[in-house]
Formats: sequence, C-alpha cells, structure tokens
Amino acid sequence: MSNGMMRTLLSIAMLAAPVAAQSQPPPVDPLGSPMWEHHAGKLFAGAPVVFDPRVEVTLPVLTENQHVMPVTVDARALGEVVRIMIFADLNPIPVAVEYTPLAAQAFIATRIKLDQRTPLRAAVLTADGVWHVAGHWVDAAGGGCSAPPLSRVRGDWADHLGELRGAAWSGPGATRLRLSFRHPMDTGLVENIPAYNIDQLTVSDAAGRALARMTVHGAVSEDPSFTLLLDPGLTGNLAVAARDTDGLEFAGTLAAGSGAKVAAAALR
Amino acid sequence: MIARRELLLGALAFPLATVPLVARAELFAGTYAPEAIPIGEGIWMVRGADEAIGFANGGAIANSVIMASDAGAIIIDTGPSIAFGAALGALARRLTGRSAARVYITHQHPDHSFGNGAFPEAEIHALPGTRAELERDGSGFSDAMYRMLHGWMAGTEVILPVAAAAEGPVVVGGRSLRLLALSGHSEADLAILDEISGTLIAGDLVFHDRAPATPHAAFAPWHAALARLAATAHRQCVPGHGPLCRTGAAIAQTGDWLAWLETALREAVAGGLDMAEAANQPIPARFAGMAAARYKLTRSVSHFYPRLEAELFPRIDG
Repeated sequence: MSNGMMRTLLSIAMLAAPVAAQSQPPPVDPLGSPMWEHHAGKLFAGAPVVFDPRVEVTLPVLTENQHVMPVTVDARALGEVVRIMIFADLNPIPVAVEYTPLAAQAFIATRIKLDQRTPLRAAVLTADGVWHVAGHWVDAAGGGCSAPPLSRVRGDWADHLGELRGAAWSGPGATRLRLSFRHPMDTGLVENIPAYNIDQLTVSDAAGRALARMTVHGAVSEDPSFTLLLDPGLTGNLAVAARDTDGLEFAGTLAAGSGAKVAAAALR
Repeated sequence: MIARRELLLGALAFPLATVPLVARAELFAGTYAPEAIPIGEGIWMVRGADEAIGFANGGAIANSVIMASDAGAIIIDTGPSIAFGAALGALARRLTGRSAARVYITHQHPDHSFGNGAFPEAEIHALPGTRAELERDGSGFSDAMYRMLHGWMAGTEVILPVAAAAEGPVVVGGRSLRLLALSGHSEADLAILDEISGTLIAGDLVFHDRAPATPHAAFAPWHAALARLAATAHRQCVPGHGPLCRTGAAIAQTGDWLAWLETALREAVAGGLDMAEAANQPIPARFAGMAAARYKLTRSVSHFYPRLEAELFPRIDG
C-alpha cells in the first residue's frame, strides 16, 4: 500500500470517526422491552441516548380506559429542550406526539390509546443532540387502537368535527394552556374506517410568533386533549391552528387569562 | 382466550432479569372459601376483600348476604364468577339447611352479578334497569373479568336476572323484606331492608372504609339515594364493600367522599390540571382509612373528566 493511499484511508477514517462515535448502539433498556432496539434505531438514528430520571413521565396508577390513557411529561429539569416525543413500544402506531416547544416549556400532557400492555415512554432531545429517555410499563386491556371511536359508534363524529375548547391560566411560573378538539382520530386499524387524524398543531402569540408546534399521530385519543406550559406573563390572545390528514384546518383564539373565568364559573 | 394470549405476551415482554419470578409464577386460579358472619336472626354477611379486583382475590371483593326463609335460602349478590356463586350457594345450604330459592342482584356490576350461573333453580330478581344495563354491558364486563381473573372465571357466563324487583314490601318464604328502587351508583340500584333483623342491605350505594367506585355513577341521584337510606330506619347496614356498619357512618362517609370527589374534579378541571395530575392530587387526611382511595380516584378521573371539560371549557373556535 502506498503512503498516499494510506493517507487517503486515514483521512476517510478521520472524517468518519465523529459519525462512528455518535452512532453507538442504544443503551440497554431498563424496561426490557422486546421492541426497544428496533424503535431506538429508527427514532434516534444513531444519536446519543441516555435513560434519564430528569424526564418525568407521570401516569395514573392504572389504565382505567385503554382508549384514553393520560400521560404527562415534564422535562423542564433538562434545560433547553428541542423536542419531546411520546411513544408506546408495543402500540401498532408507536409514536403519539412529536412536540417542539419553541418558546414553550418542556412539558406536555395528553391522552393516548394503548393496544395492549406496553412500555410508555418520553424521549426528550436537548440542544446538545442527546436524547433523554424515561418511561414505565403500563398494563392495558386490548384494543385501544383497533376498536372504533365512540363518536363513530354513536354516528355523530361529523356533527362535532373540529369543535375546539380551551382556556389558559396565568401562573407565576408559566401560562398553562389546555386545549381539546373533537376529532375521531381514526387509527386506520378498524375495519372500513381509514386513518384520519389531526396531524399538525401550532400555538402562536398575539404577534403571530409560533410558541409551540407539534406533529400528532393516530395513537392520540379520540377528541384529543393537550396541556402545554407557555412562558409566564403572556398577554393578549393566543391563536391555535390545527390541520388534519384530510387537509381540514381548525383554528381557535383564546385570551391568555381566560382560565380565571373558567375557574370562577366552575365553582358556581 | 384473550386472557391466555395476553398472559403469553406479558411473559415474553419481560426478561427474567427485571421482573421477580413471583409476578409470573401464579398461573392457576385458587379456590374460593367465602366465610359467613352471623349478623342477626337467620342472616349472615359474607365479606369481600377490601381491594380492587385482582387475580390474588379471584374478584371476590363485594359483600354478599345470606338469609334463611321457609322457602329456602335468600342470597343477595352472587359474586364475581360461577365458582364463587357455587361456593356461596354451598355455604347457604350449610347455614340454612336449604338451597337458595331467591336471589337478588343489587346492581349490574360483575363483582356482584357474575355468580348467577350457580343458581339455576333459584329465581334471580333485579330491578328492570339492572337487567337492561347487564344486557348492554355484560359482554364487555365479561371480557374484562376474564382478562384479569383468568381461570377463576372458568365457565362463567352472563346470566340475566328477571326484571321482577320493584319498590315496596315483599315476603319470601315468610321473611318480610322491603325493596327500595334507587339509582346513582348505577342506573338502577336495589337496596333491601330485612325487617326482622333491621338490616339494610345497601349494595354499592354504600361503601364503608373503602372508596366508592363510579364507572356508571351520577352524583345527584346518588346523594338522593343516600338521603333515602339514611331516612330508612335500620339497626345495621351491609355496605356493598367494607365492614358492617351499626352507626350510620358508612352512609355519611360515602356521601362525604362523593361530595369531595365532585368538587375536587371540578376544581381540577377549572384549575387547568390534566387527567394524570388530577388523579395524583392529594387525598384529604380524613379519607386515610379508606381502602383503594387512590385507585378509585384515578378511575373516577377517567369516568368524569372528559364530560367536565366539555361542560366547563368555553368553545374557542370562532
């Protein structure tokens, strides 16, 4: 081998080295999921992954309803967060939401479907390119993704499609935003009902600046609900814009302090 | 056979290293051994475990009652499975010397009604609403019970009661009973006063030292039913779950929990909490003695939250 060729090979190796160093196999899964390596390979594509208790995944003590499993992810302890992904290893549609907080805090609560007992996790990408993962096994009766939504059974899904409710509460640490849509969120796994779900959601401030954005998948529950934490001290109206997989657009506007009225009305 | 498949998947999903072997070791159902507590003349209470339905207890979590009459034993609530019903029927024969002649089902829930198949020779009575609810929900309950209880459920089918119970007095084999047709815990809740012993058998309208379950509950009629029970003179009350009550405390405690629960859920929605946050909120210290409180609060959040959100949150789409 000539010296020249050796130098070329070396420089190729050096070029490749940083990539090779990043492309480690994912760490051993503390939950022992049969699907961990498959999902980790696909979702993190060789980026560094750590299991991190600073990602708090809060679940109820049991799955009362496999069609509506609440999950809250709080990754505020991690500092600057680029994305939060919620996924269930053994769901036929594993990823439920991919959340980009933009100007919002690293916190999201929503409700998802569970098709069987599965690990339920959050993977949080920080600005340094590292994915921080945490989660728990949850037990669930079967069929969360493969039974028709209630509104399909009742037959009134189209009458309420895109109805949007919500309120925002101004707190010292954050402006808390609650949103709920009427949408069947069809998974495509029910006979003769094609996949049909909200797939994009953006929240903007009064000046039109996007504060939070997410991609939503069919694993999110029928009539999806989201809780986000925006920065404190927001004033004026917040704008909510969503689009579903048929291209229908849904929009709403709410005052940043509207939660106070809800609280007053609720206490009667 | 759904239950079997789930079990296999569960086993495959766990590597041996992360799960203690005991979690997978018990694959066979045990044997029910219901015990009778005498609580008056010719009347016995059979206590359920103060727990959630689980494989360890075979689903035997509800209280049943056995009474003697000249026509044969009277059974109130047949338990979670045909095997439990059979054990309960045998216990009634030992105690009264007679087979069951009449069965009353207080309400539709499977921990109270799924032993019906063990009483083919008795008349099984319930309120018309209970029969209708079981007709609607029985098969779903059955799936859930088989999934959780596996072999304990072997042979259990949904046996619909006769819609023959109605408000008012009834005499069974010389034993005078007063039936109260109520609702609130479900769409139809039967309470029974045994006149001779002064025992009020309340079904799941009353829980005692165990948090109430709410999958089919409505607050207003439940409070009205509790007021009616409190106003019905009785010496003692057999709650649907929990120990016998001789003081009226169980009725008051059930009402107290329901009032707290409704307010807590409304406040949680009104304060912007999501479901997992609401389910994990603090439970007042006065309910510390209530079994399964966190479990029942979590279930109740699931039952009521979406409806409350729809009620309390304003529309924001134009």
